[in-house]
Amino acid sequence: MNPSGHYGWGLPAAASSYAHRIDGSLNLLHGVMLLIFFLWGIYLVWCLIRYRRKEGVAAVYSHDTPFSSYIPDVVMLLFEVWLIFMIGIPIWAHIREDLPKPGKSIQVRLVAEQFSWLFHYPGPDGKFGKANSALMHSNNPLGLDENDPDSKDDILSVNELYLPLGQPVLLEMSSKDVVHSFFVPEFRTKQDIVPGMKIPMWFEPTATGKFEIGCAQLCGTGHYRMRGDVIVQSPQEFEEWIQKQTKKGS
Amino acid sequence: MEPNNHSENFAQKWVFSKDHKVIGLQYMFTSFSFLLFGFSLVLLMRWQLAYPGNPIPWIGSFLPKSIAVGGIMHPAAYNSLGAMHGTIMIFLGIVPLGVGAFGNYFLPLQIGARDMAFPTLNMFSYWVYFLGGLLMFFSFFLPGGAAQSGWTSYVPLSIISPGQTVWLIAMTFLITSSLLGSINFIVTTVNLRAPGLTWSRLPLFVWAQFITALLLLFAFPVLQAGAVLQLLDRIAGTSFYIPTGLIVGGAPLDRSGGGSALLWQHLFWFLAHPEVYVLLLPAMGIVSEILANGTRKPIFGYKEIAGSFCFIGILSFMVWAHHMFVSGMKTSLSYLFMTTTMIISVPSVAILTCFLLSLKGASIRFTLPMLFALTFLPMFGIGGLTGLPLGFTPTDVYLHDTYYVIGHFHYVVVTGSMIALMGGIYYWFPKMFGRKMNEFWGKVHFWGTILTMNGIFFPMFIQGLSGVQRRLYDPTVQSHNLAVQPTNVFMSYCALGLLIFQIPFIVNFFRSIFKGEKTEENPWHATTLEWACPSPPLPHKNFESAPTVYRGPYEYSVPGHSTDYIPQNVP
Amino acid sequence: MTETEHALSNETVTGIPNGKLGIWVFLASEVMLFGGFISSYVVLRTGSDFFPIPARELLGVPLATLNTFVLITSSVTMVLALDAIQKGNRKGLIQFLTWTIFLGFCFLAIKSYEYPHKWSEGITISSSLFGSFYFTLTGLHGLHVIGGIAFNLYILIQAIKGRYSADHCDRVEYAGLYWHFVDLVWVILFPIFYLL
Repeated sequence: MNPSGHYGWGLPAAASSYAHRIDGSLNLLHGVMLLIFFLWGIYLVWCLIRYRRKEGVAAVYSHDTPFSSYIPDVVMLLFEVWLIFMIGIPIWAHIREDLPKPGKSIQVRLVAEQFSWLFHYPGPDGKFGKANSALMHSNNPLGLDENDPDSKDDILSVNELYLPLGQPVLLEMSSKDVVHSFFVPEFRTKQDIVPGMKIPMWFEPTATGKFEIGCAQLCGTGHYRMRGDVIVQSPQEFEEWIQKQTKKGS
Repeated sequence: MEPNNHSENFAQKWVFSKDHKVIGLQYMFTSFSFLLFGFSLVLLMRWQLAYPGNPIPWIGSFLPKSIAVGGIMHPAAYNSLGAMHGTIMIFLGIVPLGVGAFGNYFLPLQIGARDMAFPTLNMFSYWVYFLGGLLMFFSFFLPGGAAQSGWTSYVPLSIISPGQTVWLIAMTFLITSSLLGSINFIVTTVNLRAPGLTWSRLPLFVWAQFITALLLLFAFPVLQAGAVLQLLDRIAGTSFYIPTGLIVGGAPLDRSGGGSALLWQHLFWFLAHPEVYVLLLPAMGIVSEILANGTRKPIFGYKEIAGSFCFIGILSFMVWAHHMFVSGMKTSLSYLFMTTTMIISVPSVAILTCFLLSLKGASIRFTLPMLFALTFLPMFGIGGLTGLPLGFTPTDVYLHDTYYVIGHFHYVVVTGSMIALMGGIYYWFPKMFGRKMNEFWGKVHFWGTILTMNGIFFPMFIQGLSGVQRRLYDPTVQSHNLAVQPTNVFMSYCALGLLIFQIPFIVNFFRSIFKGEKTEENPWHATTLEWACPSPPLPHKNFESAPTVYRGPYEYSVPGHSTDYIPQNVP
Repeated sequence: MTETEHALSNETVTGIPNGKLGIWVFLASEVMLFGGFISSYVVLRTGSDFFPIPARELLGVPLATLNTFVLITSSVTMVLALDAIQKGNRKGLIQFLTWTIFLGFCFLAIKSYEYPHKWSEGITISSSLFGSFYFTLTGLHGLHVIGGIAFNLYILIQAIKGRYSADHCDRVEYAGLYWHFVDLVWVILFPIFYLL
């Protein structure tokens, strides 16, 4: 039922370099939320019991708004400012802006379509062949230009993203038709893929194994079955896979 | 205008009435019907979620082929039901109930007016809404079926999916209706207040309705513009939202291209975030009224609450892109919208704090409306707090488009707004019909509703944290959803329970209209102006003689006074 | 009884008539409507990777300038019409209102010459984003002009029936406010489509 053992009630296993930071934020926020909720709850229940209607006791008539009543608002504001500037912006900047350099990372192009994920590897030469949407058809879903020498060893993998352990991955994402969203729960990562835009995203897997890709943005009748797998292997295994795919291609 | 014309025939009195009270009731009954319809749509979806691919028992055989074949729902129908559930509940259910029904009926009463500023326009608003609703409803039976791109109608999917044209046209009706209504509300509040009813003496319900009307006025035209562009993309071959080189189903789309898919998201959310407060503010207004009445003391921090309403109103136009953190929008923009989103939580915290502090030193009556108003506090609290990790980018990146989001807004809109609106019905029922609703069946309805609602919505947080995406026809196709699949079964039974617990309410409501216990003019011993007129208020006139206001709205338990309340109109 | 009459009479708390406040509030929502369209236009024109702009000769700037002049003149005659009735001059109202309506029709006539001309130049609603925005926005504006003419015609008929006087000319003012708004929208559309 749950072959990988990553999933249960609550957060799945964490398997990317920044997953633990996101989990930290999730835990912090839920801790704060529970604390606030219980403080409110205890006060509410206490009031309901203490100030229930009693014969001969009138309610207190007052229009005062003592300064202390603003304390919750101010505390909330200060907490949120701290949260944004000390936690939110640094983590978000790391996730969105610290894109790995081309030489030190695996680069893969992701082209999403209804309802599959097309992963385009540059092959051993490290160069992506030219792609042109006018050339796209069922035998050439990426629209690769066959006259371009760079495209000769390019690899297409459908719904399976093979990656080596311990290297950052730079995904350049585009969509052929509608908005899709690349979501890998274990990596704590999610990015909409909007047609007409090339959107970069990165992550670094920290465990080997099979992780599920789900589409998180409604993309049509097959949205629910638009799934795939990330297969993280040791660098040697990954290299073997690349070699095998290149041979198959040529 | 013949205000005291007694020779009105049936159609003039009940169908094409210009009386704000009749229009309010028309809105109420229409929105009840749509709420029930929208809820029944989700029951079908919940069956599919609990038992994916199994034929829907009994009802399945009655469903049209466009929804289920052999009782088994197909994916396109699931998407349609989801899109229509959202659209109907928001635009045809809760907004018309909170604004159309309660606003129309009680805003003029609470400010001591004889009617709205433009009674004919008011009638027109209702009928435009009604036509839009009918069109939405009948879109299920038109070729192509109902819209199936979610209530958010993200492009380009919505442009290439069937059913969307009718959705857009129906939305145009609903937008027009809301705009006409909001003009009426604004002018009425500004111009028709009774003598002495200054802005600082306005009941908080009126404040809430006024801010709501302003939100509708400024937010809806922008969606209208966006919807017209989408409609043209569908029928006139334009490409406002269609980027260059789109390939749909293996064939290139024959359009000039150059458009932007994100543009629609910006235009949509510019409306849709203020819309959330349109759903919420009237509910908060109702809770203020009931709380002051049930605690028998002036509401705590009247000015702070009214100020927070205004502040929320302004800020709600500056937070829309927090729905788009993972949309590929610029990172710097997401810093800005994360900050404004966090700031908008402060007035909400302030309002909730004021409500809680209102209980201190009170003499609480646990009446039926009060039970609903008190429940609003913790339930809205959960809804508001769970908004925190969604407005915060590092956590939103994981939770976005998962069931966590669904849980969050259902806690805000259903256990928050809807519960408050139900409380409003029990509170104002005696004013509308001159009779009370049955207390026992009301309590059955209350407890059943609260428990089942939490049973439906709380597991959504667990699902969301486990990574279950929203809008999945069959969640079991993806292995990361399997562990929490049993919660879907539990939630579906709770949803069925929620339906069953509405039966006592419906029966109680209609029975009480005719057979309920008769009440006096002011059964709750309340202070605001609506209780100064007969129950039900006089047609086209409301008050025996126009009231003058001498004091603030919540003068309860004033020391040295013979009663524990002093109505606003008592010198 | 005086209090009951208070609610009945046209007197309001603020002293502003309901109709006047209503039309201002309505115009505020119209500003947001056109604002939505125009900002979409600006966003795509500045941000899109494919937004070909037709050569200025194809756009027919002189004719559009004439049209702008026509519409501005119609606003002037509208002001004169209101001024006339405020001074009790019913004849002046009818005369200037007729001019306003005539100029409104002139505007539509010139537009209905311009549209087919653009189609023959290959600029249509689906040819490119420029054409899409041009026809959507000027079309929407045209609908507003038709609405304004209808409003003015109604006022004209009422004026001929003698319904307005110096003390009772609120509706003439409302029609004027709306007409000026329609005019103002054109004054924004003209430069963003023809001159930029």
